[in-house]
Amino acid sequence: MKLDIVRQTDLTFIIIVGISFLLLALISAAMFYFMYKFSRKRNPVATDITGNTTLEILWTAIPVLLVLVMFYFGYSGFKMMRNAPTDAMNVKVTGRMWAWSYEYENGVKADTLFVPVGKSVKLELNSADVAHSFYVPAFRVKEDVIPGRKNYMWFEPKEEGKYNVECAEYCGLSHAYMLSLVVALPQEKFDSWLLNAKTLQTTDTTKTKDTLNIKQDSIKTK
Amino acid sequence: MDHVSYLEYKGKHKGLLGWLLSTDHKRIAILYLVSLIVFFLVAMTIGFLMRLEMLSTGKTIVNPQTYNALFTLHGVIMIFLFIIPGIPVVFGNFFLPIMLGAKDVAFPRLNLLSWYFYIFGALLVILSLFVGGGPIDTGWTFYVPYSLRTQSNVTLAVFAAFVIGFSSILTGLNFIVTIHRMRCPGMSWFKMPLFVWGLYSTSWIQLLATPILGITLVLIMAERLFGIGIFDPALGGDPLLYQHLFWIYSHPAVYIMVLPAMGLVSEIIPTFSKKDIFGYGPIAMSSLAIAFIGYLVWGHHMFSTGISDTSRAIFSFLTFIVAIPSGVKIFNWVATMYKGSIETRAPFLFVVAFIIIFSIGGLTGLVLGSLNTDIHLTDTYFVVAHFHYVMFGGMGLLFFGGLHYWFPKMFGKMYNEGAAKLGLLLFVVGFNTLYFPMFIMGYLGMPRRYYDYLPEYKIYHIISTVGSWILIAGILILIINLVRALLKKERLTEKNPWGGTTLEWQVDTPPTLENFEEIPVVEHGPYYRDNLIKPGKSH
Repeated sequence: MKLDIVRQTDLTFIIIVGISFLLLALISAAMFYFMYKFSRKRNPVATDITGNTTLEILWTAIPVLLVLVMFYFGYSGFKMMRNAPTDAMNVKVTGRMWAWSYEYENGVKADTLFVPVGKSVKLELNSADVAHSFYVPAFRVKEDVIPGRKNYMWFEPKEEGKYNVECAEYCGLSHAYMLSLVVALPQEKFDSWLLNAKTLQTTDTTKTKDTLNIKQDSIKTK
Repeated sequence: MDHVSYLEYKGKHKGLLGWLLSTDHKRIAILYLVSLIVFFLVAMTIGFLMRLEMLSTGKTIVNPQTYNALFTLHGVIMIFLFIIPGIPVVFGNFFLPIMLGAKDVAFPRLNLLSWYFYIFGALLVILSLFVGGGPIDTGWTFYVPYSLRTQSNVTLAVFAAFVIGFSSILTGLNFIVTIHRMRCPGMSWFKMPLFVWGLYSTSWIQLLATPILGITLVLIMAERLFGIGIFDPALGGDPLLYQHLFWIYSHPAVYIMVLPAMGLVSEIIPTFSKKDIFGYGPIAMSSLAIAFIGYLVWGHHMFSTGISDTSRAIFSFLTFIVAIPSGVKIFNWVATMYKGSIETRAPFLFVVAFIIIFSIGGLTGLVLGSLNTDIHLTDTYFVVAHFHYVMFGGMGLLFFGGLHYWFPKMFGKMYNEGAAKLGLLLFVVGFNTLYFPMFIMGYLGMPRRYYDYLPEYKIYHIISTVGSWILIAGILILIINLVRALLKKERLTEKNPWGGTTLEWQVDTPPTLENFEEIPVVEHGPYYRDNLIKPGKSH
């Protein structure tokens, strides 16, 4: 089974946390056992042990192998994050203090990111002022939005719904309110929205918000 | 000369001047100790206010601008005025010469000068709050271009950090020379206490990395004052250049903070296990390895900035590798307890708490070193939690641990051990209640440095804030208990109350001005005991 970005990230997380938990349990158990077994009362005189080369090699080599496994999972998931499918839909994102705006290939502008379900979306990230960071927790993706650079990221919404967009790089007074939404719609609905928006914007550029006649509140935010 | 302690010694100057102008390493250590605790309490109070603000959505006690200034100040004070100087300037100053069998550090006057740099820098931080555009609101990382655009007084605040940097550089230089030149007869490199190895590794980072921060901060000032266009993209500069320069110092700086704490653990465990340390060589070398590899991992702070995919992969790989020597230390510490004769006295319990909390901090660092998980978690509360587990649970906890270990030697007074254990218990419970929910919040997507939050994070914020109250109660008990001990009439003159083996336990309590009447000669390793069962003999 081919994993998507979300699953691959969660899997990496579970692998690292799982190994870590085992190590922590092992260390703690050994420590508390020694504190009990070799307390002053039970073991009045210590034994003069100053080291053991075999142990040193083992507890260097085994962790090296473990972190290589972790690195591998993190890296392969990352490669997926960086390789957007060639048929992805391109959207230009602009962050400014303190709002996000989106521009589609046909020139439509919006302040909510409408996307079709099941299609890859590649974002070109631009900043109009200071550094921001485009973060969609539900998709496990984030990339900084830095003035003078064009960073990119991509994701593919699997289900219809609304997903929070948050600015993750501190950018001043209203950083916490630099929020937006990704709204994933079925392809037909998305197409009609885009067409509708195009017609409306050629006549009135200020109208972007109400271009879609859907009950936004009926869709659960993720 | 009879045995007049450094506390009572009367030199050229009397009273307060006898302290402010003293070049005695022990008196300077006390100057630092008092200053550090004051700033720690200030920054702790700020942290308390931040947590209070997060108790509910929207405004709880302060407005967003104040909140942004609070988290910046909390970071700046904790990092530049407490954690980085931390253990070296207090315990390093006090005990490094004694542990080496020397009368003072190599450059006593430079040592005093470094305290003045520290205090002068601290005063500038305070001044920056009241002049110009008011309290700095950039976060302690001073990221450009925001730090170039904001009206708040960034210029003076970064100048303050620049000045404090000199204090750090001079202390590092002083310690390196002291360790190279002032070891007593017989003390070869591998007979030095492991605390000294920790200080030695740290000192090199201080000496070599701090100037990079200094230059970077000067460039910020120049950019703000003259618009020279190094970092500002509007003038052709590069914001990522700033981030590289900043982290080239600030990542090694976390090892400045934690290596001395690790050194302290290596002192406390053998003392209370009543046996030699397990794996002296590996522990000593792992300090150097951390210091060295620590220079090469700064890019892991920039995984989401758009640096090249190849460099992200290399930095991630090296980040995993730097975890290994820390692991080696922990394994050796636990192994030291094997077949020991362990006394669970207060300082030892600090170390036990450290090993668990620091391990959690280190292991969650692996999650952040891994590329795809970091992309998700960077700049969220997960990072805040990780950082506090390694820094506060690492250096902060051990600062108090070191204080409880060496307090009787430094002041000739003994504290109430029961109260210390109670304070530690509240510390540990409060600490985990405060910071553990942040791991969960972070994974759910709560970004850091947010004045407000979405309702789904509320429950975690409430738990976390309650934790901060428990933690503060614990810290106050620890500090009040020590202050009460200072005010006690009864003196402790016993040289070696814990049964330690290093040289500081052979000098008077409290030490005399010149530490030793006669410079000692060392024959054995620092943790050698001759009254132990030989391995394999007991069965």
